[in-house]
Amino acid sequence: MFGDYSFSDLGSIFVMQGFAGLILFSVFVLMALGLAIIFGQMGVINMAHGEFMILGAYVTWMTSTFFQAHLPALFSIYFFIAMILAFLACGALGMFVEWAMIRHLYKRPLDTLLATWGLSLILQQLYRTVFGAREVGVELPQWMMGSWQATDSIQIPINGMLVMAITLLITLAVAYILYFSSWGRQVRAVVQNRVMADAVGINTERVDRYTFGLGCGIAGVAGSAFTMIGSTGPTSGQLYIVDTFLVVVFGGAGSLAGTIASAFTISQARSTLEFFTSGSMAQVMTLLAVVIILMLRPQGLFALKVRK
Amino acid sequence: MTANPRFFSRSELVGLGVLALLLVVILPMSLDIFRLNLVAKYLTYSFVALGLVICWGYGGILSLGQGVFFGIGGYCMAMFLKLEASSVENTKIQSTPGIPDFMDWNQITQLPLFWQPFHSLTLSILAVFVVPAIFAFIIGAAMFKRRVGGVYFAIITQAIAAILTILIVGQQGYTGGINGITDLRTLHGWDIRTDSAKFILYFVEVACLFGCLLVALFVKHSKLGRILLAMRDKEDRVRFSGYSVANFKIFAFCLSAVFASIGGALFTLEVGFMSPSFVGIVPSIEMVIYAAVGGRMSIFGAVYGTMVVNYAKTSLSESFPELWQFAFGALFIAVVMLFPNGLAGAWNEYVQPLIDRTFSRNKRSTSVASEHPLANGAPAE
Repeated sequence: MFGDYSFSDLGSIFVMQGFAGLILFSVFVLMALGLAIIFGQMGVINMAHGEFMILGAYVTWMTSTFFQAHLPALFSIYFFIAMILAFLACGALGMFVEWAMIRHLYKRPLDTLLATWGLSLILQQLYRTVFGAREVGVELPQWMMGSWQATDSIQIPINGMLVMAITLLITLAVAYILYFSSWGRQVRAVVQNRVMADAVGINTERVDRYTFGLGCGIAGVAGSAFTMIGSTGPTSGQLYIVDTFLVVVFGGAGSLAGTIASAFTISQARSTLEFFTSGSMAQVMTLLAVVIILMLRPQGLFALKVRK
Repeated sequence: MTANPRFFSRSELVGLGVLALLLVVILPMSLDIFRLNLVAKYLTYSFVALGLVICWGYGGILSLGQGVFFGIGGYCMAMFLKLEASSVENTKIQSTPGIPDFMDWNQITQLPLFWQPFHSLTLSILAVFVVPAIFAFIIGAAMFKRRVGGVYFAIITQAIAAILTILIVGQQGYTGGINGITDLRTLHGWDIRTDSAKFILYFVEVACLFGCLLVALFVKHSKLGRILLAMRDKEDRVRFSGYSVANFKIFAFCLSAVFASIGGALFTLEVGFMSPSFVGIVPSIEMVIYAAVGGRMSIFGAVYGTMVVNYAKTSLSESFPELWQFAFGALFIAVVMLFPNGLAGAWNEYVQPLIDRTFSRNKRSTSVASEHPLANGAPAE
């Protein structure tokens, strides 16, 4: 497997694959962050999370087309506007879904899984009807293309670095919101003991709705980031959903640090293995390893201690 | 229907009778062979749904990986049929005669070791039962002994379904890849592609289905079934009463795996191929919805639910493919939010009282909880 490469070659390969892994890591983190909030907070399995991400991707695509056609002067910054729009669109849809569907099902977590799967089918078909079955790709502004030549053998794409910076920013923002703001305290109170939180006057329904909205909104931002590494089709989101769930479960549901650590492990393992074996085998090997580890240690990497 | 002195209650005997009448007499008489073969295909899924009723409805274990077991059964059968179809005479033109064609295309010159047992029909049929049971046992033992359940179990099984699909698609030379194992011809020299063979296979399948139904009814009425129910509702109390919860769960999961596998093997025989598209996440979740539509607690409901959903799928997706996706998604949501008891629930609530009133000679309230979604024969086709 490592036979034909010299030592310095191997070094470069690891760095470059490692960096490719970091872009995948960014998308994973953003997806998993939203899911971890939703799953950790409410125990809701949102199978439509991938479709929320794709909604974000489509919003980004629409924004880019709009800017190209009507505001070419501002095209170079469209991405940031698209990201905000994606967040708002997905967050709004998420809050609507919570209101219409999820809040009736809190007592039956397995049923939320089926219901949100139904939602994902509907959304997929909606995308197919509205945007067509063909995959769309966004055009990047000039400054985001190209790559940065770190050394002779190491090249790092600029859009990848941007995606990572955004991920870092959002992760920090979420961590701040959850751990330092008063709203975050309410969220954590609800996670730890819903009844008591209700009793001390926290409006748990509203907390639930906004939390779900926040999780979906972050998925939308993930979709924006996703447009940079792949083209968007109606079913692109489904490919990521299993991986994302494994990331969340592997990290220990409800633990932000665990989610990030597990996203990092899984994406790095996968992209490094990808270079040496085929892509599908790399995926199989990582998923299998994660499943086996989860069988041995079901609480995941970082378990949050919650009284049931 | 607690503590019924007789083994099957009267309503269940009627249910078996009506289903038998429908499957053995009415459908074969009224449908042409093409339609009958479609029914046969739907019925293979009902094995999976039946397993899910035991495992999910009674045991409370939602497995999103039933496609894995359906696939295992299907592939076991397909491997046998494929080996028979690729005899040395049939495959003279290949560079290595005597191995399946897709192996030859992928420059594999020798039959892999795990294909060897499938030269024998006995071993293949044995594999249909044993392999999924062992596989389910390993998964179940690893998970349930550590008291992992509910949502986590669902996610892990789903991941396993994803892994197996990627593996099958990726290892084209050993598994036939995305196309699966196709071009199956004979079973021990008996051509399974002819109309008469399809007709006979349909009845074989119905017989198997009734065998599984009887096993399921047996489980339901035995003490085992009641412990499963108790476990689903208050797991800790059962555990504190001294029962090994994990073992019961493992049993329910293994049983559902074997049912799914039988369905898969029959699917291969009926349809004539097996491919990874019946293994993955999407088909696995669809199979759950069959059981949910029928009524997750209803053994007969599994059969009717599967047939109704698949009939709707075939007829709607032929004419309005777009509409079908919307309808299917809406079905998921509706079944969960509005009819959590599925067809069986609707039957018990609306139709059964009507029947009881009509035949109210000596009221003994035949049905209390589940059973009997004989939806007027209408969904049957």
